[in-house]
Amino acid sequence: MEVTTEQNEGVTVLCVREDRLDANNSEELKAELQRIFESGSKDLVVDLKEVLFIDSSGLGVFVTGYKNASTLHGTLKLANLQLQVQSMFELTRLHRVFDIFISVDDALQSYK
Amino acid sequence: MKNNIDIEIIIPGNTRHLRLVGRVGQQVVQELDCSEEAKEELSSQLVTVLTEGLVNAIKYAGCTAPDGQIHVRITLAEKNLVVRIYDTGAGFDLDAIPDPCFSPCGMEDKGRGIFILRSLMDRVTYTCSKEGNVLEMIKELP
Repeated sequence: MEVTTEQNEGVTVLCVREDRLDANNSEELKAELQRIFESGSKDLVVDLKEVLFIDSSGLGVFVTGYKNASTLHGTLKLANLQLQVQSMFELTRLHRVFDIFISVDDALQSYK
Repeated sequence: MKNNIDIEIIIPGNTRHLRLVGRVGQQVVQELDCSEEAKEELSSQLVTVLTEGLVNAIKYAGCTAPDGQIHVRITLAEKNLVVRIYDTGAGFDLDAIPDPCFSPCGMEDKGRGIFILRSLMDRVTYTCSKEGNVLEMIKELP
């Protein structure tokens, strides 16, 4: 699982550098999110611009991350959802749960 | 459509080949005589269905033995697209699987796969037998 992370005024931005997020690699992202929360970050934006496909395992990772962030009184926001990814969030009604932004900048702006 | 297509794929019972099977599904959809937009939509749905069905067989039907194999059959006919995923695991009761909870306070990280299959396909059945089990998913074509 290739990811990059950066800090922006107290918000961690994690970019998933994979074109698929499925049962074959979702556990690695789950562990990465867990590591970020354990390191003290509580506000996280996940940039999904490179993810063209997600399955229910991938969705489950974000559900876990959302719950972990809520436990810490933090947030997990999503940005740059591609067509199939957006469709999957809508199909499973998770778009009603997550704050979803068209860009990372918009997501970061929401913290100000 | 140019010709009916019937493709069989046998893969090991692990998640390493999800992408490969998805690509085969995408190529099958290219054989349809329909708009590029319709092909793109069906292709995306088929990749999703193949992935969810395979993961279901691997993780939940109990097909995780080292020699466990999963047999996938994709049939594209005049009026429908049929995906069958055969496994030799313990199987499960499809009707006993509820829809996921949509409320933020009750939502779980698992339990959306079958819901997704049911949402994207017109008919989904899972049949258990001594010889093996089959998840059959049918999509009527426009």
